[in-house]
This record gives sequence, structure tokens and C-alpha cells, in this order.
Amino acid sequence: MSVLTPEAGPQAIYRVNPVAKLGATAIISIALVLSIDWVSAAVALAFESLLFLFAGLSLRRFALRTLPVTIAAFFSAVTILLYGRPSGQSYLQFLLINVSDGSIELAIATLLRVLAIGLPAVVLFVTVDPTDLADGLAQVLRLPSRFVLGALGGLRLVGLFIDDWKSLELARRARGMADRGRLRRFAGQAFALLVLSIRRGSKLATAMEARGFGASNRRSWARESRFGAAEVALLAIGALVAVVSVTVSVATGNWNFIAGG
Amino acid sequence: MTASPLTPPEGTAAPTRAAAFGRAPVGASGGSAGGASVELTGWGWRHATRSAWALRGLDLRIEPGERVLLLGASGAGKSTLMHALAGVLGGPDEGDSEGRLLIDGVEPEGARGRAGLVLQDPDSQVVLARVGDDVAFGCENLGLPRDEIWRRVADALDAVGLDVPLRHPTSELSGGQKQRLALAGVLAMRPGLLLLDEPTANLDPEGVIEVRDAVARVLAGSDATLIVIEHRVDVWWKLVDRVIVLSPGGGVLADGRPDEVLAREGTALAASGIWVPGHAPEAPTRTRVSGRELVRTEGLAVGRRPGVVLRSGIDLRIDAGRCLAITGPNGTGKSTTGLTLAGLIRPAAGTVDASGIADGLGAAPLSWKSRELVTRIGMVFQDPEHQFVAGTVRDELAVGAHAIGLDAVESARRIDALLERLRLGSLANANPFTLSGGEKRRLSVATVLVTRPRLLVLDEPTFGQDARTWRELVAFLAELLDAGSGVVAVTHDTRLVEVLADDELLLEPRS
Repeated sequence: MSVLTPEAGPQAIYRVNPVAKLGATAIISIALVLSIDWVSAAVALAFESLLFLFAGLSLRRFALRTLPVTIAAFFSAVTILLYGRPSGQSYLQFLLINVSDGSIELAIATLLRVLAIGLPAVVLFVTVDPTDLADGLAQVLRLPSRFVLGALGGLRLVGLFIDDWKSLELARRARGMADRGRLRRFAGQAFALLVLSIRRGSKLATAMEARGFGASNRRSWARESRFGAAEVALLAIGALVAVVSVTVSVATGNWNFIAGG
Repeated sequence: MTASPLTPPEGTAAPTRAAAFGRAPVGASGGSAGGASVELTGWGWRHATRSAWALRGLDLRIEPGERVLLLGASGAGKSTLMHALAGVLGGPDEGDSEGRLLIDGVEPEGARGRAGLVLQDPDSQVVLARVGDDVAFGCENLGLPRDEIWRRVADALDAVGLDVPLRHPTSELSGGQKQRLALAGVLAMRPGLLLLDEPTANLDPEGVIEVRDAVARVLAGSDATLIVIEHRVDVWWKLVDRVIVLSPGGGVLADGRPDEVLAREGTALAASGIWVPGHAPEAPTRTRVSGRELVRTEGLAVGRRPGVVLRSGIDLRIDAGRCLAITGPNGTGKSTTGLTLAGLIRPAAGTVDASGIADGLGAAPLSWKSRELVTRIGMVFQDPEHQFVAGTVRDELAVGAHAIGLDAVESARRIDALLERLRLGSLANANPFTLSGGEKRRLSVATVLVTRPRLLVLDEPTFGQDARTWRELVAFLAELLDAGSGVVAVTHDTRLVEVLADDELLLEPRS
């Protein structure tokens, strides 16, 4: 259940509208997926490292929560290092493995890029309360409340699905079915979970409808989602990081626009 | 650009629904200002997928402020009626309706917010992650101004006695607290008609009292009309002034003051499965022969996750022909102990020694293969749906037979006998998920018995069951015990312990 529980704290960042966090992260990510050079990623990562100090996570929590991204970045870098397109001097050759100047540079660029895109996304995910995000999406971005609140209600069921999955697993052993192939058992269990989720979902929908959800009158919002100076500032910071990263990269001649090959 | 454009400044708020119904916001009670009337004329409903009418030809008038207990055998359409009154039955594509059903002279869909519905399952009713937000949800849907919403949230939480901070996570509430939260969410909408659809059926005894008392407190400060469905009459007995019994064939079987209706119809109601005071289901007679030891534990500690011990120092022994009841409040590790004894989860410490039924296998049931386990220990889970894996009742029973490699003749013989004994014969081709609560429970027991385990472990087997299913289940378990099986029942049901248990393991909360 812990993966679904957002971090919370007294820091200023927790009062910033999640929509602004989402926006800032999106701006940086879009700029970074346009190229695969190491300079833009390194500049963005340097800025981000400064920003993470204000993300409201202790160093330990930060390390723990971002561990999957760090591991993923490391392994994608190693893969590229060993198998990436070779160019320049070659340092090690064994079967398909070829470590060269080109693959080293590409590996570093990949490592930095996965971190520069992945870390902010994870920090965003663990520090944003889904309810606040839904409020922001509906009130600030004016997304339809039916859609936003339906998704929010569904998200709450995910915790129950985890418990259901554990029970299904035990029940399969108790029914004499656990000796079968792992793959077949997994498929059967996944289908059973799907059936249970649909049933839970329709019960929740009835409960929501019984409390007036989906009626034609205009809905009000108990929590106000503000979008003020702090939010604009965060978006501006995101844009600044994106612009500076791209500018430095272009200026140093490293920019490598993907669409151009 | 700080204020959200959706919030009108105070004082300029558009007329709310409450105002539209002529109801001024009321003070601290959380109740409504004025009960709603209900009027049904020749009303009926048929689900789109069924050929039979769930309800038909119903004529009924309920006056504002009446407190009604709605009874009827399972399948009499009680829940359908509640859903219709709450306006959540759905449109023509969900089913056909006939006749008229009016709340305060208006169709329920046009009177949204006038009726508030609390459902049976505590987990499926929580909408949002924080207590305050969840209670506010209904008020938001009514389009109430923000100040008014939070005043009502505080009043409603106060009325149901849920004394937790507004930011408290809803996932950390107990079953009884979740049901009180659902009640608060409905009360905050200030309904004139309060509909409770078996609100305590899924709760332990403490939870039942919690919810019942909360409803009593709410009703004392309100003149809302109440309709409650429940198959345990004694829970609501003191709170209602009228009992209506629906006939399974359609129409009203009995209607009047509670004592009158029960005096006249008590026996018939009890026979149809309703728990009527003074008509407790009879206990089966047992021969009580103890056999040899099946399982014993030494210094057993149990827990679901590594490093988290729920309970330790469990030393017990289960003999053939004896029933051990594991009792105690929620959270003391009862179910986990049951699952550990059943060889499904690893003991945190100590041993489960099942050499009495191992027949040449290792002593620890956890080390057995799945198909070896099912002929030795059978586990009936609290939620039958977790156990179902097949598309029909018959196939569901065939799963166990197939797992242990029975031939077709023997398999059919065992399955037919169980279908017959547990009154599931007419349902052999039905999908297990479409069965009623009592039928699901009987099927979940039957699925385990196909492989003839020597020890049966049941987790809350009588939870939420009507009196008829209870009686049948207890009689069946007594039969198994007399035939030499061992039974472990994890339960809150004191009556079950009284009539069936030979030994009791009471797990007290740790201080």
C-alpha cells in the first residue's frame, strides 16, 4: 500500500498546486526527449538537483523512492555501453560486445537523460496527493469532473486489488491449482482479479451515484484549487531549465535533434 | 489570479438544492428538516438480463418521519426497491419498470439528494482518501457553497460520532468506522429519506453496535423517514415503528407495528431465513466422539509479512471429530492463524505439525504440494468470490476432483452428492458469481469437500448469512465432525461457538 501513499510535509512545495508541478515536469521532459546528447541532459540534471533540495523529501526518502529509476538508468547505460553503435576507438571487443568512444558517449548521454526525465517524474508522483491533483485538473484545467473524479475513485480501489491478489494466490493453492505452470496460473489469477475489480468498480459507481454524482446540476468544490504566483513561478523555472539546457547544448554543438536523425 | 472562478463569493451564492426544496440548513444535529413521503402504486422492476420480475404489483405508502424495517426472504427484491428509491437503478437499458414510485410526489431521479443510501459493503463505499473529503463528496455533487459544505461535514461527523481529524486516511478506518463514514456522507446531504441496505451485515459484533448506535443518535435529532433492510431483526428492533414484509412472489406479505407483525408472522419469517428474536435456529445434535490428533502447534507465531508478527506463542491441538473455534476482536491475527494452520502461509516462528494427516509427507503442511494439501486440509475463505475459478457451479466442484486425478465416475458421484446435500442441484449450470450470498457460501464449502480433506479450516463461515443458511451450514459441519473430520472455525459468531465448538482459542488484543 505504501507505493500509493503520497509523501507529505510542512515544506512550501506541498502547498504548490500539483497542476503546476505536472506542467513544470512536462516542459522539461518534452525539451529533453527531442535530443539524445549528453550536454542538455547534464545541464537539466544539474538544475534539477538544485530543485530537488526543495522537493520536500529527505535525502534518504529521495534515494529510496527514486531507486527504481536509478537502477533503470544504470542498466540502460550499461546495455548501450556494450552494444551501442560503435564509433571512434574501440576498447573492448567480445562477440557482439564492442565498447568504443561512440558507445561510451552514448551510454553517458542515456544515463543522464533517463535520470533527468525520470527523477522529476518520480518526485512528482510521490509528493503529489491524488485528491489535490484531481482538484487541480478539474478546477484549473477544467477537465470534466465525471472523468477526473471517476479516475480518483478508481485509484482508491488499487489498494484493495493488492489485497485481493494476495488472497487469490492463497485460494489457488487451497484449491489444488498451485502446482500448474506458473504462466497459466498467473493468467487465470489475473482474469479473476479483473472480474473482482469490475464488481468492486460497479459497486463504487453505485455508491457515488447514490451520493448525487453524475447529476446534471453544476457541481461545487469543497477544496479550492489555487493557481497563483507560486505556481506561475514553478512553471517559469521549468521553462528556464528547458531553455537553458537546449541553448547550452546547441551552443556547444552537441544538440542532436531526433527527428533529424 | 488566486481565487478559483468556480467559487462565488459568500452571500452571492446561487440558490442551492436545499433551498429549492424549501429546506433551510439545520443546526448541529446533521438530520434533515422534514421527512420525505414514499408512495408506490403497482410498482415493479425487471432487470434487463432476467425474464422474471424482481418486484411486481407493489402498493405502499410510507408517511414522512416513519421508521420502517423492510423484511423479506432473500430474493424478494428488497435491495432493488432501495436502489429504486435512491434513484440509482439506472435507465431503461438496465431494466423495465412499471407502475409509479414517488418520493414527496416526485420521481427519485428528479429528487436527487432527497434520499440517501448506505450500502452493505464498507470497502466499496469509500470514495475519497481523506475522511473530510469523503463526507464532503455528496454536498459537492449537490452544488452547495464551500462554507456550507464544511459546516455540514463537521455536523455529520459529529452526529455519527466519528471523532477523527478531517485529514485522517479513510483506508485506516475499521469496518464499523467506514460504515459510519458512509452514513455521515449521506447525512451531510440532509436527506429526507434515509435508506440503509444491510449496513451492518459485513461487520463484527462491535461494528454492528457502533453503526446501530450512530443511526439511533442521528434519528433522535431528526425527523427523516427511515427504511432499513436487515435480516437480523433484533439489531433495529427498538428503532423502528413499522415492519413491512415483502412477499417473494411480489406484493406485501405483512405490514404493521413490529410486535404485531412478528407475533403473526414470526415463525414464517424465521423459516424464510430472517433472524427473529425468540426464533433462534435450532442447534444440531452431536455425538461428540473424539478421534486421534490431526494437527498440533508448538510456539507458533503468525504474520502476513516478513518481520511483522501478529500473534505468538500459540500452542494448540486439533483432534479428529472436534471443532476448535478461534475467536477474539479484529486485528488479533485470527484469520492469519487460520491460514497458517491450513498450510497456506509460512509460520513466523514455531511449528505446525500435521504428521497426524501427513500420510508419509513432511510434518509441515506448507511443504506439501497444492494437490497434496487439498486431500488433507481444506480452507474456506471469508470471501467466497476469492475461491471461485470456474464458469459454472458444477465446473467449480470439478476443479478439486481434477486436481487429485479422480476418474470421471467417482468425480461425478462426489459432485452430485455435494450438489444434492448443499441444495445446489438446480444451480449446477449457474455462474458462481451470480449466486446469492447464502448460495455462494454453500458452494465455497462444497468446493473444498470434493477432495475430502481430513481437516477443514473456515474463516468466518457464518458472516452475513441468513438464519436458514446458518442452520444448514451448522448442521452440515456437525455431520462432518461426527464423521471424524477436524474443524477449525475462525469466527465472531458467539452462537456458532456455543453450538459447535469443543475447544476455543481466544485471541485477546495485546496490551
